[in-house]
Order: sequence, then C-alpha cells, then structure tokens
Amino acid sequence: MINRLIVYRALVIGAVIALLEVLCLTGVIDKITMQPPHQIARDLYRMLVSGRMNGAILKTLNNTLLALLLALGVGIIAGALLHRWRGVRDTLDPLFATYYAVPVFAFYPFFIVVFGLGDVPQILIAFMLGVVAMIVNTLNGLDRVPAVLLKTARIMRLSPVDTARRVTLPAAGPYIVTGIKLAVAYAFIGVIGSEFIMSRGGIGYEISFAYLNFDNATMYPLIVLILLASIVINAFLSRWEQRLLVRRGMR
Amino acid sequence: MADEQVRLRAVDKVFVTGHPPAPLHALGPVDLDIKRGEFFAVVGPSGCGKSTLLELIAGLSRPTQGTIEFEGRPIGNEPPDGIGVVFQDDASLPWLNVSDNVAFGLRRSSLGGAERDERVRNALTLVGLSEFATAYPAQLSGGMRQRVCIARTLVMKPRLILLDEPFGALDQQTRLLMGDELLRLWRQTEATVFLITHALDEATMLADRIAVMSARPGRLVDFVETHWPRDRDSRIIQDSEFGAITARLWKTLREESIKTIGQKIGAAP
Repeated sequence: MINRLIVYRALVIGAVIALLEVLCLTGVIDKITMQPPHQIARDLYRMLVSGRMNGAILKTLNNTLLALLLALGVGIIAGALLHRWRGVRDTLDPLFATYYAVPVFAFYPFFIVVFGLGDVPQILIAFMLGVVAMIVNTLNGLDRVPAVLLKTARIMRLSPVDTARRVTLPAAGPYIVTGIKLAVAYAFIGVIGSEFIMSRGGIGYEISFAYLNFDNATMYPLIVLILLASIVINAFLSRWEQRLLVRRGMR
Repeated sequence: MADEQVRLRAVDKVFVTGHPPAPLHALGPVDLDIKRGEFFAVVGPSGCGKSTLLELIAGLSRPTQGTIEFEGRPIGNEPPDGIGVVFQDDASLPWLNVSDNVAFGLRRSSLGGAERDERVRNALTLVGLSEFATAYPAQLSGGMRQRVCIARTLVMKPRLILLDEPFGALDQQTRLLMGDELLRLWRQTEATVFLITHALDEATMLADRIAVMSARPGRLVDFVETHWPRDRDSRIIQDSEFGAITARLWKTLREESIKTIGQKIGAAP
C-alpha cells in the first residue's frame, strides 16, 4: 500500500515536470519567463561543477546552521526554565500565542542599522523565527511528561539538572523533534529571506541578483537547489521523528 | 526498638484544593511502626488515602502534622536513600531499552561498569526478563513493564520497597504469579516490603501483617497478622486460614467501603 503511494507521488511530480517541459518547449511559456526543466537541471549541474556558487551556498548554509543551533540551544533551555517558572511563563504566554502574527522581517532594517550589513542581522532574523517554535514545543512536551516519571526521578534522588537531562527532556523528545523540524524550516526562511531583502551574498542574494539581470540560467537552478535541500533535510528529520515514535509505540 | 524501620506518629495530611480553596482532610491521624524485613500490606476502599500514605513514607510529600522517621531519622523534603518505590502507573522510560531502564538509577553510583552490569543481569533474571534486555518498553506487555520497574528498584538494593498497587492493571492469573515472584524477591533481598492494594486476597496471600484503612480521612482501623511461614507461595490460598483472614479483612473493609460509596447500598435489605 505504501509502495503504491510512493509511486503515485512520483507520478504526480513527474507529470508536473513533464507538463512544464512541454509548455516551455512549445513556447506557451516563453524563454524569458522560464527555462524548460531539463535545461534547469543541466544548468544546475554545470553551476555545481564550476563551483562559482560555492561561496554563496556555504554562506547560506553556515548562517542557517548557526541560527538553527542558537534557536535549539536557547529554545530548549528557555523552555525547560519557563516550565519551572510558572509565573514567568504565564506572563509570556500571550507573546508566544501571537508571536507568529508579527512579521519578524520588519525588524531587519533595524538590525542592519545596529549590526551593519554582515551576517549577524540574517542570523538574528532566522533565530527569532525559529526560537519561539522551539520554546513552545519544548513546553508542550514537558507539559505531557507523566507525573509518575517525575516521582521516579525524585525517588532516584536526581538533581534538577539531571532530572531535566535524563528524564523530562528525553520524555518530551518527540515534541522537541517537532520543534526542530519547524526551527529548521524557519531558519532557512529567515536566512534566505533576509538575503533577498538586502545582503552581500548567499543563495537568496544570488537569486535576487540573477532575477534583476534576467539571468534565468542562474535563478532557476538556485531555486531548485533550495527546494532539493529543504526536501532532503525534512525527509531526514521526519524519519528521525518516525523512529522515535515507533520506538515508543506512539505510531 | 532497633528493628523498627519506619515510624509514623500522629501523621495527618490535609490538602487544600478546589475553587474556592477548601481544606480536604485526606489522611490521619496515623500511628504506625513497620519492622525491618516485614512484609506489610495496607488495604482500603478507593480514595481513602492509601497512596497519600505511601507518598508520605517515600518522602514525596510532607505531612501536615506529625512525624515520620525512616531508620531513626526524620524524613525531610526529599526521599531518603534506601527507599525504592514501584508505582501503580507504568514508570518505565520509553526511550531506554529494558537493560538501560534497569540500570537507570545506578548511573551516578560509585559502582564499576562490571559490577553494574552484573547487578542489572541479576535483576533481569530475578524478574524473568533476561531475554528482553534489548527490547523497548513499547514492545512489552503491561505486566512485563511493571517487572522492568520492579527490577529497576531492586538493583538499587533498597532496604524498604514501597509498592503502590503494582499489579492493579494485571489479570488475576498474572497477579497470582507476580505475587509469587514478589514473595521470592522479598525473601532473597531481605528488604522490608510495604504494599498497597485494594485486593484483599492479594494482601492476605502476601503479607505478614495487614492494616485496614478507613474511609477518608484514612486511618488504620484494624491490624491483622497472618502468621504465614516466610517460605510461602500463592498455594496458601487453599489454606483454611486464608479464608478466615480475608473474611476478617472484609468485615472491617465492608463498612468503610460503604461509607465511601454511599449509604444507600448498605441500607438496602
């Protein structure tokens, strides 16, 4: 059954690509608007082999990874602390509830003014996007730790730090992985989005630069590259999540 | 007396709950002495404060009044060393396999790796889970998970083992067999066992001494000694004394249960 689903999905994707190919080759979509998919694939291959985009790709990946690690570290620790500090948590709750209604990108010019046009503003935007997802999911997971496990930790005379490290955070594991999945997506959006708006390099910058110069041979391959990267990363995280859930009999 | 391991004097527990907050007298006053090496059981109607009593002895909560001593020292804010607890709910850690679950409490101890592995292996053999050392709790039945928790408690070599209806979720046959295992473990470890149960036959079969708890606020209203030999198993349920003891427990417990459930049932002709 699952194999059949995979075949259907592959067929849908294949059909869309084939349709685009036909539309481009027959001229329904003109060459200035879009390249046929086979051309994009070839351009992408050439681009990667030539290495001319390596700097941009590395910069984006680097900044995304930095922002992600920051969001994970700060998010998990803040989540664990807020879970202990009921009062602070209740005070901040409206902020978390409405946080994603705020367009974080609106702060980007301000960050550039303060930190200059380096990597910091981009990392900061990506971190701000990801960290709250991490906090909220950590709290969510910690709320669901069975009381009997907390009692077990006390009977075993674990310190508060050991209790968090060895009992509550592992127990909240599946929720934290959900947070990580979101944080990865947000980190990419934050970094690439800010590069689009204003920066000195990176994949987002190169796409925007290529767009302004009608350079389809650069723009489309880069878009496809971003798509592929996020699909691959997400697939790995989903498998990890799945394995955790299966091990715990939750799926 | 030196062989009194646990001592409770005039212990009361009052919870403040609800909206508007109101005091709820859950337990007490309770006076109780448990001897070292004794198998002690508490039976009582549901909601009478049995688990509250266990949590007080474990040091998981503080009495509102009165004193609790474990091995001559008053119990403070945290559980003292030397006490192991097996809870009613499944307390196995789902992200660790059986063997890591059992070794969980030993990680910070001063034991060497070899000694630790040895203890874990022994405990797994004792509870009959040797073949499942690398399985995860989700792959095990409820009874097996409960045995993981028992093994996890045993490796710590507690001098007092508290069990809160550990077999509550199991079927009758499994409960009898688990009872046999528990008796065997009790003999081998020489620990004191404090068992909470709502099953009269379980208490009669396992314990040296049984306390009957009243309806809320829980007080210990009757003590029954079974005089079973230390070397016993579930076959004593055929003994004529078994019926007599269970009957005596039920006589007291019936009145208390009626108080809990409501007067109407008891008043019916």
